[in-house]
Amino acid sequence: MSVVMRYSTPAIVLHWLVALLIFAGFPLGVYMHELPLSPDKLKLYSYHKWIGVTVLMLVAVRLGWRLTHMPPPLPDGIAAWQRRASAITHGLLYGLMIAIPLSGWLMSSAKGFQTVWLGVLPLPDLVDKDKALGDLLAGVHQALNFTLLALVILHVAAALKHHFIERRPFLQRMAWGGKERT
Amino acid sequence: MRMTGLILLAALAAPAANAVEYQTVLPKQSTIHFEFRQMGVPIKGGFKRFTTQMTFDPAKPEAARAQIEIDLASIDAGSPEADDESAGKLWFNRSVHPKATFVSSQVRALGNNRYEMRGTLTLKGKSRDMVVPVTFAPGKNAATFDGAFVLRRLDFGIGEGMWADVNTVANEVQVRFRIAAIGN
Repeated sequence: MSVVMRYSTPAIVLHWLVALLIFAGFPLGVYMHELPLSPDKLKLYSYHKWIGVTVLMLVAVRLGWRLTHMPPPLPDGIAAWQRRASAITHGLLYGLMIAIPLSGWLMSSAKGFQTVWLGVLPLPDLVDKDKALGDLLAGVHQALNFTLLALVILHVAAALKHHFIERRPFLQRMAWGGKERT
Repeated sequence: MRMTGLILLAALAAPAANAVEYQTVLPKQSTIHFEFRQMGVPIKGGFKRFTTQMTFDPAKPEAARAQIEIDLASIDAGSPEADDESAGKLWFNRSVHPKATFVSSQVRALGNNRYEMRGTLTLKGKSRDMVVPVTFAPGKNAATFDGAFVLRRLDFGIGEGMWADVNTVANEVQVRFRIAAIGN
């Protein structure tokens, strides 16, 4: 078996950090918005927003890293349409990781709540308080999130398929242990 | 001698003749706003309906009186959800205490059109003495009285039970008001 080429260490750290935050922020968002108003609800909303802003910051770093560092090539034997699908999926995932926190930030402003990251760093309100806009952005935020959910399922399923069904050491690409591409 | 007496009389009468007593409040130009912090986020709100009775003569500030009655149902607490929540028992308990009132007891001139107004604020059945700095600005069409003070909501039991946690909703509420009035 050939040596597995893996992503660079910063790329791996950023991938899993962002994955963890998304896996926390998504169910939190689904859960919190149906709750009756309470201090706990206000706290959960804040945590959700802090997670989203953190994702936005990390993805900015990630995107900068990705554009200046080539990922390891896909192993031989992966069909051309799958390579294309992979490129499109990754592009969309990056787009959503930016668009989702951004839509949440704008929604919050439109609903009249400034976003203050970790309760200390105020983000500017890029739109004025506007109920119709707030409701519209809530719909956009939700639609983008369910698109993300679908793409994450596809992303994970594809990785697992390459690893377990095609029996390639595929998951090591995004884990320590393989040989880093230099 | 008669001439001098007349001039003296005119001089004495002059301030009284120029003095305006502000008694007619212009509700549309008067505002009550507040701001508080929720999870570190500044939330702006206000009250749309309130009535003010006042009398103020710059020449006799110590005789000034003000009485403000606020319709708590006219609240903007930052969001429709918060407006609804504020009516409940833990907040204003509005079905029992629909109004807030402020009644002045003493006004003291501080100079430069600044005054200190003392009075009693009654909210949710609790009365507390307040000291409110007020700035008077005689305008062309109407005079304005601007004031600001910090209200500690827990002094009035505003936000009881689970809401008493000031780390979520701050205890301090910055209140700003502007009363516009014309003279008679």
